[in-house]
Amino acid sequence: MKPRARALIAEDEPLLAANLQSELERLWPELEIVANVRHGAAAVDAALAQRPDVVFLDIRMPGMTGLEAAQAIAEDWPDDAGALPAIVFVTAYDQYALQAFEHSAVDYVLKPIQNERLTQTCTRVQTALKSRAAAGESRDGVGPNTAAALDATLSQLRNLLGAPGLAAAATSSTPPAAKLSVIQASVGTAIHMVPIADVLYFEAADKYVRVITAQREYLIRTALRELLPLLDDTRFWQIHRGTVVRADAIATAVRDESGKVHLTLRGHTDKLVASRLYAHLFKAM
Amino acid sequence: MRTAGRHDERLGQNRSMAANPLDLTRPGEHTHERRSRYAVRALRSTAYGAFIGLCIFGLTGHSLWTTLVQSSCIGLMCWFFIDLGRVPASKWKHRHAAPGTPEADSHWPGWPLMMLVIFVGSVLGFSTGGTIAEWITGRPMIGMLRGSLSQTVALLLSSLVPALVITYWFYSREIIAAHEATAQTAQRQAAENQLKLLESQLEPHMLFNTLANLRVLIGLDPPRAQAMLDQLIAFLRATLNASRSSSHALDAEFARLRDYLALMQLRMGDRLQTRFELPAELAALPIPPLLLQPLVENSIKHGLEPKIEGGQIEVRASRQRSAAGIDELVLQVRDTGIGLADTAAASADGTRFGLTQVRERLATLYGGQAGLNLAQADDAQGGAVATIRVPIAALGEPITRPANATTPTA
Repeated sequence: MKPRARALIAEDEPLLAANLQSELERLWPELEIVANVRHGAAAVDAALAQRPDVVFLDIRMPGMTGLEAAQAIAEDWPDDAGALPAIVFVTAYDQYALQAFEHSAVDYVLKPIQNERLTQTCTRVQTALKSRAAAGESRDGVGPNTAAALDATLSQLRNLLGAPGLAAAATSSTPPAAKLSVIQASVGTAIHMVPIADVLYFEAADKYVRVITAQREYLIRTALRELLPLLDDTRFWQIHRGTVVRADAIATAVRDESGKVHLTLRGHTDKLVASRLYAHLFKAM
Repeated sequence: MRTAGRHDERLGQNRSMAANPLDLTRPGEHTHERRSRYAVRALRSTAYGAFIGLCIFGLTGHSLWTTLVQSSCIGLMCWFFIDLGRVPASKWKHRHAAPGTPEADSHWPGWPLMMLVIFVGSVLGFSTGGTIAEWITGRPMIGMLRGSLSQTVALLLSSLVPALVITYWFYSREIIAAHEATAQTAQRQAAENQLKLLESQLEPHMLFNTLANLRVLIGLDPPRAQAMLDQLIAFLRATLNASRSSSHALDAEFARLRDYLALMQLRMGDRLQTRFELPAELAALPIPPLLLQPLVENSIKHGLEPKIEGGQIEVRASRQRSAAGIDELVLQVRDTGIGLADTAAASADGTRFGLTQVRERLATLYGGQAGLNLAQADDAQGGAVATIRVPIAALGEPITRPANATTPTA
């Protein structure tokens, strides 16, 4: 017998979370709700631990938005866990997000959740899961169809994350700012002026960002999401939700069988990993 | 935000122009519009010339055709030299003005200099206009220097006086048009601001989430759903009325905040605690409706919503004596959210609009006496605290509470 489909709900408003769960139980009795959590970080933890088939993510949640959670799940999804879960976003009103969802054909439901729309969504997810299961039965483990499904989900997310204005809508960032030419990092009582051209890569570390140059590393108190709009995205490539690397500092890029890309740098021994979401950046000309 | 900035700039320019009506150009006007207004003035001047010609014809009985051509030509040429002289004269007059200011763009040199321009312009206009008319009609005009002194003076006056009157007429028309443009821009600006304010208060995200909760509650707990709907209605009514009434009592303000926070509490569950502190002797003091609303919204949006464990919002009114010995009403909205340090990025949009709007209202109503200050809370609980101070004397007469108003609770 085929195992029951498993779902995760992430919604910060308790009444709405409970309601989504009971509606899903009513419309899709075979669905097992394995976790119902209140914020983005908890959603990532629960998703990686429970490996559900479908996740319902609210967009605006404390700590980490639904979009950030989706990215984290896709990047940290274990290689042996099969296909990524189907993602359904839940939102009350996000102008940019809705445009992006339409554009990247990502499934979403609007709050207040209407029965009709939720039924449609359930049917769509069921169909997707069925075709996935068929692929899994034909060949054990990660079959070519599963890989195709994975690629499809990844490209959806990629489109979504690259959508104009979406990052701004999710984090309410500043209007387009002048690009940084110098990183001002405090070291003890001194401020070190680090030319942007000397930076090999930036790495998020909790609320800080590590700035790595060939000679040394600095810590700045600016979140990576605030730093990103200040960097020239043709020179600095985001290769992971927590890593931004200067493109001309990359020496080689090697793709492994799971789809991740391993990078070596010029003039530095550190190795970096580009997640599957950004692997498409590395192609031979 | 950027559009608003541009409007503000333009409004600023208009304000300075209205106070100092030097400019014959209108805000946002294109070169071709300015050019077409030159053409209109040229035609008008010619027509006024022709009219004067008709009068002269009526008085003297000279040949109609000759008189008309002569006076039209003189009218046109007077316009030409006066309008031509006006531009360099005003350039010279405003030569020290900083570029970009209305003075620097002005084409109005002020009356004393303009009189000189009119005098020279009409002398030149009279003689060239006369020459042209002579060339068209073949009949000589009486030259200014050929006749007697009294004849010269009469001829000169016949073009100088109309030139003066017409210049004054054009000038006042332009001033009126500029004032109208200013008023229109200001009106549009006010409407835009009000729309933006409404939009920020009836934020769709808040509204739809509240409705989603309401929809769920109708099935689960109808009496509570009804209570919630009442609170939503009170909130909506207050928001829509806020722009119309100029003040309400402090306890009414607290009641509206309580409605709003009750809605938020239903959404956020135990992630939101609230506390209100309103001493009875302050309850009747009048304040602008929903003055505190944007501060409470900011506390929710930028303080507690991003914080996983949530926290508390405290709205407090107190009476304090300032350092200068003035009795002040102090209104505080304090949250135990993530504080100001981490909202650097967020403060760029919503917070700033909310704060600006509160500051503007205070400035409009109480001048420099009132103020708003936003600071990091300095105790262990952290978060942010917004403080409004208004001298009690500036508030006006206490509002006696209508019988059906809610009783304030501490």
